[in-house]
Amino acid sequence: MSTRLQFALGAGLLIALAAIPPVASLAGIPFLLTLFTRIVIVAIASVSLNLILGYGGMYSLGHAVYIGIGGYTVGILAFHGVHSGLVQWPLALAVSALFALVTGALCLRTRGVYFIMITLAFAQMVYFLTVGVAKYGGDDGLTIARRSSFGGLVNLADRTTFYYVSLAFLLAAVLVVWRISRSHFGMVVRGACANDRRMQALGFPTYRYRLAAYVIAGTMGGLAGALLANQTDFVNPEMLSWTRSGDLMIMVILGGSGSVIGPVAGTVAYMVLEEVLSGITEHWQIILGPLVVLMALVRQGGIVGWLSPKRHA
Amino acid sequence: MTLFLEQCLNGLQLGLLLFLLAAGLTLVFGIMDLVNLAHGSLYMVGAYLAAWFAKRFDSFFIGLAAALPVALLLGIVLEVLVIRRLYGRDHLVHVLATFGLILFFNEAVRLVWGAAGLTLALPEFLGTWVQVIPGVPYPVYRVAIIVVGLLVAAFLYFLVQHTRVGMLIRAGAADREMVGALGVNIRLLYTLVFGVGACLAALAGVMAAPILTVQIGMGETILILAFVVIVIGGIGSVRGAFVAAIIVGVLDTLGRAFLPGALKQTFGAAAASTAAPAISAMFIYLLMAAFLIVRPEGLFPAAGGRK
Amino acid sequence: MPDALVRTRGLCKHFGGVVATDNVTLELNRGEIHAVIGPNGAGKTTLINQLTGELFPDAGSILLDGRDITREPPAVRARAGLARAYQIVSIFPAFSVLQNVALAVQATQPHSFRFWREAARDARLLDPAMEILARLGLEGRAGALASQLSHGEQRQLELAMALATRPRVLLLDEPTAGMGHEESRHIVSLLGTLKSDYAILLVEHDMNAVFALADLITVLVYGRIVASGAPDEIRGDAEVKRAYLGEKKKAPRRTGAAD
Ligand SMILES: Nc1ncnc2c1ncn2[C@@H]1O[C@H](COP(=O)(O)OP(=O)(O)OP(=O)(O)O)[C@@H](O)[C@H]1O
Ligand SMILES: [Mg+2]
Repeated sequence: MSTRLQFALGAGLLIALAAIPPVASLAGIPFLLTLFTRIVIVAIASVSLNLILGYGGMYSLGHAVYIGIGGYTVGILAFHGVHSGLVQWPLALAVSALFALVTGALCLRTRGVYFIMITLAFAQMVYFLTVGVAKYGGDDGLTIARRSSFGGLVNLADRTTFYYVSLAFLLAAVLVVWRISRSHFGMVVRGACANDRRMQALGFPTYRYRLAAYVIAGTMGGLAGALLANQTDFVNPEMLSWTRSGDLMIMVILGGSGSVIGPVAGTVAYMVLEEVLSGITEHWQIILGPLVVLMALVRQGGIVGWLSPKRHA
Repeated sequence: MTLFLEQCLNGLQLGLLLFLLAAGLTLVFGIMDLVNLAHGSLYMVGAYLAAWFAKRFDSFFIGLAAALPVALLLGIVLEVLVIRRLYGRDHLVHVLATFGLILFFNEAVRLVWGAAGLTLALPEFLGTWVQVIPGVPYPVYRVAIIVVGLLVAAFLYFLVQHTRVGMLIRAGAADREMVGALGVNIRLLYTLVFGVGACLAALAGVMAAPILTVQIGMGETILILAFVVIVIGGIGSVRGAFVAAIIVGVLDTLGRAFLPGALKQTFGAAAASTAAPAISAMFIYLLMAAFLIVRPEGLFPAAGGRK
Repeated sequence: MPDALVRTRGLCKHFGGVVATDNVTLELNRGEIHAVIGPNGAGKTTLINQLTGELFPDAGSILLDGRDITREPPAVRARAGLARAYQIVSIFPAFSVLQNVALAVQATQPHSFRFWREAARDARLLDPAMEILARLGLEGRAGALASQLSHGEQRQLELAMALATRPRVLLLDEPTAGMGHEESRHIVSLLGTLKSDYAILLVEHDMNAVFALADLITVLVYGRIVASGAPDEIRGDAEVKRAYLGEKKKAPRRTGAAD
């Protein structure tokens, strides 16, 4: 996967995504903007998952929990009358980071399939927490009366503004992961993924680097959650259900896990596919399921991999 | 005190259900190194099949007797069509493919049986109560679950410890290559193990059906509990799965039953009523975290279970 | 001798019933090559694994420069100056040759919590890495993927990575195994020149190389030291011949281990 190809794909995606609001309004399909706002936000979560899954080999099956944590932090603060985004958002990130730090410290003591199951279990723990706390809506979720306010800075209630803010965050997330993946830190994380034993023998205490990557990814996931809560003006346990985590994993792999831009492409492709299929039949998952199975079986670098001219090794 | 004993019985019963599910999961993992998220789907399908057959023929036992072989067959077909292609590949591929299977099964069930869910009625004599503990009437059916669970555990113990297939299974869990070197028909062994796992999952589904509602997604919640069980028990170990299943079942049940009261006493009613349901729901995961700190390998680590 | 750089005392390690290391006491001195030889399964790799911290001994202690490192994890020991080259090549196949060595150079930095600067363009990593590659004659392959190297070249890369961590002690597990004649001669002469700067533990099956290079030879059999001394002493030692060099006049002391 050459840098140039990734760059071209990234630029193309960016232009296409930037054109969504005018296209939606010209074509008179406001739903398009809603859909793509959601896609852009979820893409932030995919990009963050890719940092640990694609570069770090940490197969987290609980990444949607950060969307939930970020979302619920915003929702709960709003419930208590705190609407300032300058309080809500940093707190959403901080809570996500803290949760990632504590659970990551435990999860990363294990490897392979243990890691998969334990990330899933911790996410499930928070899921049941959100279901169980009746004060914040329990199963039914929590409606957010007012979107995060940033003084006069930006007005998130405006749909187009909100879209571009989300897109800007996505761009930032892609840039951050791109830089990180090539940095000294990123080399350690990638090295630990490829051959942890060798890394330690070279003198890298890999655990703390992997944990740091896990926390960064969780924090970015929390950002996606804060955005999503604002988009839907609503949070509920479904946001962090484990199928959402599975979806994120699929999007990353579908796009190409070893590349920075792949997860964005994967998110767009998967969510558009869902939309198209659900337009065809009510039972669209009966088509999607086997497609996912097929995709797993032929997995070859994802979309970015297919676009690449013959990849070596 | 009697309430406590009754809850212990409930816990044992939940534990044995979990064991039925976890046993197949841990065997499949130990021998084929396969992470199977769709195991819960087989549990769900088992429950649906039983409920449907039972209604059709108006007999709980026909439902049970028909569901199990169909589930076995389904497991075998699934193994041949999909699962077989996953052996030896990255765990990530397992997760994705079996996740796709879950989507498929959930929707297929919705297509066939509708979104509303089914119920499985018990025959009369199973719907009565007995006094297992003097003075405490306890549902016969729950006793039946405990008995069946123990029988299956005993059967699996015998199978694994005292038969040729069991020898292969143990060898496979400890050293995969060696079994191949023994010139055993590995393919057949794998298909068989997967089928048996499917059958056990379906049995768990059938047993649970009269207590719970038979609905879409029922497999996923309990599957994750089964994951907790095998993480605590040590992946690949049937014995570990048994011990951990009982621990998880009992503690989860006791936690839900008694934590709210205990919280009320320490923190007052208001705080307890918000926190209690949440904490008792999280209890089992906290337990798992504690186990991880003390024994990251699980209670009974199988030699080759970890990669 | 208080000034030995590495010193083990009474190291023991067993795997189930197999005694892989049996009361091993030895020293590595700066400027010396200490060869450890012995038949397959004698416990040479297991000994190195204990020195690097990938295995913890059941009993005994390991001192590095007077400091007890018996319970330290591998990364700490590596930072204290231990480096190893694996018997079974252990590199990063998807990285370029240069990246492999640059990563080893990076390991010498105080920490790697640098999130922005691109490692692949950092001259502080690349220059020393190139230098080491040149020393091993691999500079022409710097841009190739490590997986594309021949087996012999991969072994050289393995050695390059060990050197790049700027160690004081080199633990080399059969550095010439599987190499062609030319390559292996190159490595032997390289080790000769390296000798003065490091304390080297050399595990090697090629006896010509061992007797050409070693200052001290220790013979392991079933995890136990059966002889230790200068090359000439070892060459003449009857027990070594019996146990290792193939003359079986008496029955071996112990039988039954799979070998
Ligand atoms: N991780 C392990 N688990 C169990 N037994 C082991 C393990 N590692 C080594 N052994 C056993 O310990 C003994 C010593 O092995 P070791 O690899 O150290 O020998 P060696 O001298 O390096 O042999 P070779 O010359 O073949 O490299 C052997 O009997 C081996 O089978
Ligand atoms: Mg060896």
